[in-house]
Amino acid sequence: MSIDPEVVKKIAKLSRLKLTASQTETTAKELSEVLVFVQKLEEVDTSSVSPMTTVTPMDSKERSDNVSDGNYPEKVLRNAPSVKEGFFSVPKVLE
Amino acid sequence: MNENISNLAISQIRSLLRNRELSSLELTKYYLKNIELAKTLNAYSFVSEEVAISQANEADKKMSNTEVEDLCGIPFGIKDIFCMKGFPTQAASKILDGFNPDYESTVTEKLLRSGVVMLGKTNMDEFAMGSSNETSHYGPSINPWSLDLSKPLVPGGSSGGSAAAVSADLCAASLGTDTGGSIRQPASFTGIVGLKPTYGRCSRYGIIAFASSLDQAGPMTKTVRDSAIVLKAISGHDPKDSTSAKINTPDFEADIDKSIKGKKIGIPYEYKTEEMPQEIQDLWDKGKSVLESAGAELIDVSLPHTQYALPAYYVIAPAEASSNLARYDGVKYGYRAQISPGDSLIDLYEKTRSEGFGDEVKRRLLIGTFVLSTGFYDAYYIKAQQVRTLIKKDFENLFNEGIEALLTPTTPSSAFPIGKKDKMSPVEMYLNDIFTVPTNLAGLPAISLPAGLNKQGFPLGLQLIGRPWEESNILNLAHVMEDNLKFGQSPKKWW
Repeated sequence: MSIDPEVVKKIAKLSRLKLTASQTETTAKELSEVLVFVQKLEEVDTSSVSPMTTVTPMDSKERSDNVSDGNYPEKVLRNAPSVKEGFFSVPKVLE
Repeated sequence: MNENISNLAISQIRSLLRNRELSSLELTKYYLKNIELAKTLNAYSFVSEEVAISQANEADKKMSNTEVEDLCGIPFGIKDIFCMKGFPTQAASKILDGFNPDYESTVTEKLLRSGVVMLGKTNMDEFAMGSSNETSHYGPSINPWSLDLSKPLVPGGSSGGSAAAVSADLCAASLGTDTGGSIRQPASFTGIVGLKPTYGRCSRYGIIAFASSLDQAGPMTKTVRDSAIVLKAISGHDPKDSTSAKINTPDFEADIDKSIKGKKIGIPYEYKTEEMPQEIQDLWDKGKSVLESAGAELIDVSLPHTQYALPAYYVIAPAEASSNLARYDGVKYGYRAQISPGDSLIDLYEKTRSEGFGDEVKRRLLIGTFVLSTGFYDAYYIKAQQVRTLIKKDFENLFNEGIEALLTPTTPSSAFPIGKKDKMSPVEMYLNDIFTVPTNLAGLPAISLPAGLNKQGFPLGLQLIGRPWEESNILNLAHVMEDNLKFGQSPKKWW
């Protein structure tokens, strides 16, 4: 299948990326090419194959649900581009 | 003072330091000066001169102790993808401008504890997405083997700066990461040794994530022995990474001198592509005859799903990336776009991400979002994971039949000129990873070692792929090949 600019606009929105009109056009062309390439996978019969979930066989690890880290808000906020009164600051979300 | 301390391997430095014939400070100053003189190569994105000098002094004090760690006093360059406390870390992306982590990645912490000297952070493709180091926010790094300066070559990628730094003697060794070939391809392009460990051998904690089910850290060094030494230092289980394996770390170095007589080496038929240049075929043949002369048994084998590895990779890696890179939103750290009055939180996200990510990263985020989106998830993502199962099974079948390792070329060509990428389609660029990607999908260890120069004088590498957890075996084979191939060359200094 090929990807048209409308699909690109939809996935750009899902990816939280803004594309200009010309970027949308180019992207549609490039993504279509990539999709043609990955469509080769259709040739493989996978009707009785399980999808891989872990490449190295290992059991899921469990640990007790205790707090083992934390209590340093200043460190957490130190790299934030905008901080107000000990919180991350963002544009108004609720009116 | 030593007259000549150029191009020393870690194993040589180790004994010079212990015998007090060389000080770590002297060596550190030598590399710092080399880095200063090699700015053209753009191998480093950040140089930590003061830290390096003080670490070198510390290491020199420890040298009189009876028990000294192998890496004590050895100067390293570290790929900009490893979070290091107090060092700027941004995976060569604008979106992490100004990020200075408050924590240390497990593998760099292990190196620091063993007493290494941190020279600085090395250049790379943005978020490790690229095969040429040209997608870096810092600009491309240049391959020290470039002979015609009007047409400089790429060092490969994504660990291009780490490779250039080792090759040009701007450090004793470096760390890279490998998701689809990002250690081995640049190692091949710059005439050095690069090792991707078994998935789960080294902790991923504190390494900026690209595709979590494929990423592994590994050494980039001047010799095979050095790779064994560094691998031992960075391996081991880490409770902070749930995919790191509870498995013992062998003394990799102790095994590299063994005889390889009778070892069964597979030569995969499917790796002989129609487009393979003669020079790559010749190199491969040379590798085979070296192994054969040393007593190994070569066996033609088949990995029938090889041709589906790249298509599966270019579904799985972008899918994981689109999820991992969702965290860059202009709120918690790094770059934040200017917003206008009335802009919403969504506008902030969109503007920040559009200005902060480069083109290749955006392309992969869009592919990843597409293959995970409703209606396409089963057809692309699940299908690719099923094919991944088959690719892994291909290797397992050979290993069960007694094959101990496989020999292949590392790359389909030698290093190409900077700028060629812009004339290629994304898919053509992705073909660079054709021989390296299958091992990431199967979680296997693989090493690239320099095997010769082509007619133009550019290095070419050969790859050995091993069974899971059998890095010792491929290091052993690579060491025997290194001894017989006698590459031992470094680029002529033009910078």
